[in-house]
Amino acid sequence: MGEPGFRPDGTWVGADVPRREDPRLLAGRGRFVDDITLPRMLHAAFVRSTEAHARVTAVDLSEVREVPGVVAAFDAADLGLADITALLDRPAEEFTPTSMPVLARDKVRYVGEPLAVVVATDPYAAEDGVEAAVVEYDPLDPVVTEAAALAAAGTPVHDEAPGNVLVDVSLFATEGIDEVFAAASASAGDVVVTVEANTGRQNALPLETRGVVADWDDRDEQLLVRTCTQVPHQVRTVLARCAGLDEKQVRVTVPDMGGGFGQKCVVGREEIAAAAAARRLRRPVKWIEDRREALTASFLAREQHYTARAAFSADGRILALDTDVVCDMGAYSCYPFTAGIEPLMASAEMPGVYRVPAYRVRGRAVTTNKAPTAPYRGVSRPQYVMVMERLMERAARELGLDAVEVRRRNVITEFPYRGINNVTYDPGSYLESLDLCEQVLRDEGWLSRSGRDRDGRMIGIGFSCFSERTGYGSGAFAQRKMQVVPGFDISQITMDLDGTVTVTTGTLSHGQSHETTFAQIVADRLGIGYDKVKIVQGDTDRITYGWGSFASRSVTIGGSAAAAASVKLGDQLRSIAAHLAGVDIDSTRLDGRGGVRAGDHTYPFAELADVAYLRAHLLPKDVGPGLTATASFDVGGDGTFSNATHGCVVALDPGTGGVEILRYVCVEDCGVAIHPRVVEGQARGGIAQGIAGALFEQVTYDELGQPLAPSFMEYKVPTAAEIPDVRIEHLETPCAFTADGAKGAGEGGTIGAPAAVLNAVNDALRHTGVELDATPIPRAAIFAALSLEEAS
Amino acid sequence: MTDVALVELHVNGERHDLAIPPRRTLADVLRHDLGLTGTHVGCEHGICGACTVLVDGAPARACLLFAIQVENAEIRTVESLADPDGGLSDLQQCFSEHHGLQCGFCTPGFLMLAEGYLAEEPEATREEIREVVASNLCRCTGYQTITDAIDDCASRRRAALQAALDTAPEPTAGSTA
Ligand code: FES
Ligand code: FES
Repeated sequence: MGEPGFRPDGTWVGADVPRREDPRLLAGRGRFVDDITLPRMLHAAFVRSTEAHARVTAVDLSEVREVPGVVAAFDAADLGLADITALLDRPAEEFTPTSMPVLARDKVRYVGEPLAVVVATDPYAAEDGVEAAVVEYDPLDPVVTEAAALAAAGTPVHDEAPGNVLVDVSLFATEGIDEVFAAASASAGDVVVTVEANTGRQNALPLETRGVVADWDDRDEQLLVRTCTQVPHQVRTVLARCAGLDEKQVRVTVPDMGGGFGQKCVVGREEIAAAAAARRLRRPVKWIEDRREALTASFLAREQHYTARAAFSADGRILALDTDVVCDMGAYSCYPFTAGIEPLMASAEMPGVYRVPAYRVRGRAVTTNKAPTAPYRGVSRPQYVMVMERLMERAARELGLDAVEVRRRNVITEFPYRGINNVTYDPGSYLESLDLCEQVLRDEGWLSRSGRDRDGRMIGIGFSCFSERTGYGSGAFAQRKMQVVPGFDISQITMDLDGTVTVTTGTLSHGQSHETTFAQIVADRLGIGYDKVKIVQGDTDRITYGWGSFASRSVTIGGSAAAAASVKLGDQLRSIAAHLAGVDIDSTRLDGRGGVRAGDHTYPFAELADVAYLRAHLLPKDVGPGLTATASFDVGGDGTFSNATHGCVVALDPGTGGVEILRYVCVEDCGVAIHPRVVEGQARGGIAQGIAGALFEQVTYDELGQPLAPSFMEYKVPTAAEIPDVRIEHLETPCAFTADGAKGAGEGGTIGAPAAVLNAVNDALRHTGVELDATPIPRAAIFAALSLEEAS
Repeated sequence: MTDVALVELHVNGERHDLAIPPRRTLADVLRHDLGLTGTHVGCEHGICGACTVLVDGAPARACLLFAIQVENAEIRTVESLADPDGGLSDLQQCFSEHHGLQCGFCTPGFLMLAEGYLAEEPEATREEIREVVASNLCRCTGYQTITDAIDDCASRRRAALQAALDTAPEPTAGSTA
């Protein structure tokens, strides 16, 4: 990059500046956790359960300790760590508390559950050690499906939850909703449509697996844990509690991170166990998850079952929505979100972009003998949006209306809008994005191409409309009744002698480009080059308690905190300049060129910093030495909603049932884009993951709970051959209360894609009368539907 | 575990003499014995391509090779692409300009894949490039910008070559084919 200097218009925000992260990552000089090597470092591997559900009668590690290279092996009793527990403040009929032991003790609840940690001089020897472990089980009937969980016939997964239900909430239940459904059923013109949908279990699948390097430092009297997590402070808190340490005795730092997508925004058992082993042995211990572990024993997501019905008037207006959603959360409640993460998100947000006058929902989390669930990009929204969009399509069919027109009649157009779900939606472009998306596909000639193409393939077009609440503040999370309530962010900015600044953030970039975008935000506030700003993230000793990065919160909340701190620092600089010039602070201003204009004098920041640090006797009486400011930001109300419409064109191959995506258009509105190219990157990457869920990826198990997709041979991750180019159009409805008017942009792509793809497939199957409501969309079902038609 | 092999490796133009267990993969040797941590490991079973390096100019999965198998080969890793003073190569520059990387974990693999491919197929079309991009996994970008970056680099190299040919002195009659 050349001399970034100053942008002529003084605004870095909105410019596609070169990413600060790129040079090191491109040169192979990034530092990911597995790149860290310390003197005398040992390597950990885990003895894992081979049973889905069993009492553990013995864990014998004596042979393990004989394996050459093995230094130690610890089971749960050896390490004596407290359990990881995440709680909701809800009554017993709504929430059943359970705990996740760091290492399983008397019972195992999924294949791959860690039972013991083996530590050796090299990773190969650690693996050999694992092979030598002898675990004896008394098998129990595994609870593998939602149906089995709800039947509750055998031994429950957790004794505390005899019915295998961890969360059960019934919400909203608008008065008179039953009468609305009854009247719609009875009326000649109105309709009641139902959708029963299942969505497959998926792996967020960061390309870098989880990992940790932990080391006890005698000089700092501290356990230094370098781990790939999206939530470093939460890891610190849990580790301190599990190991009985003070928080000051734990420092969590995060190196470069190869993606997370939610899988790394919960506290993992292995990072706690490896750190405890390091403390015990007083030697550095590294654990790097292998791909098999990542696919079978990491945190998973998305397995949900919806039974939804909606009443529509004859002219296509939605009258009422009634939903039952059951989320299969696997074996444990994750920290800090609990097993409520998916059902509570779905229940609270399902009406989405539509004006729904009556709403009732029951949301449940069931526990099964499968690897546990963590949030995954979009959290429930890809699923309930898919169900809402199916309801729209089905109603349109029954009413003989155009499905886009039905959406048009139902989307929220006046803001702020207070929804039936007690959520206030800030302004967005729900109708405009729908219109533009349809227009783009029309202009490209796709709308007239439904039906059969020259190769005999069936063409179909599908849309999805959605919004995404971003910037959940403490208030919004408190409504979920989490006992640990995320939301705010605190930023500290310090200017050094030469006028460059260092800014901390509690958020944590792992691909989202915060080193660049946060620098743009700060540089604009101070009127300096964005290369003069250094962002510090992912270090619990250097950063005040923060909540990390998830739920598209970073730029909205973290960025706003950094902006607020920058403004405070600017005020500090102005008061020093005012004093030096002998003028009132009101007649000073930042000059946008790295200085303060005071009266008719200009003070470059370096000159003011010189006074602040080296000639403090010249400072005004009410200004202390140094140049540091701290600010926090929280979202008071219901957050801010990004929105988008996706349009997708597919071709179905009657010979194979295969789906090819011919065109994909995304019209998105995330308010003001700090860095438009980064926003587009988030949208494209998100869409790819949504398509992956719609067509390809599924974590499957046999009836005994043995995972059937332990490698990339079985777990089909789409490549460039399957993921299409995506055309992106931007609309901009600025947020009124975040710095720069930005809204979150991290998850939207993933949210809209399954619905758009599924609707397109159903459109292509229209002539067969078959409608599919499951993801990944079963190719066999497409094939069957098309062959039925060929045969007839 | 007990036996150790003496292996001579040639990596990025440097010779290394190593005493390593024969079962040690090339990926592990590059990363952990030579400290060339730019080569990443995403699956260790040959699918993701994060470990792609060049072996005698051709892209290869370093997780599927034992170091001992490539003793006589010339290995190139991502660390060889930039100038010694840190200046990015044209390919790296294109990745940055097109936002062909987000977390950057897959990036060294894609860079080496592209470096090997474009050397073989300088005339590749965008569609052909996309097919090659389909050899590796990226979880962040959706592949479009990776394809764009490689395609742009290919056109720039062709343009540069053309420019060099245009300014080269007229060939003498005898030298034309
Ligand atoms: S690590 Fe070699 S192909 Fe995945
Ligand atoms: S940039 Fe993250 S995996 Fe490709």
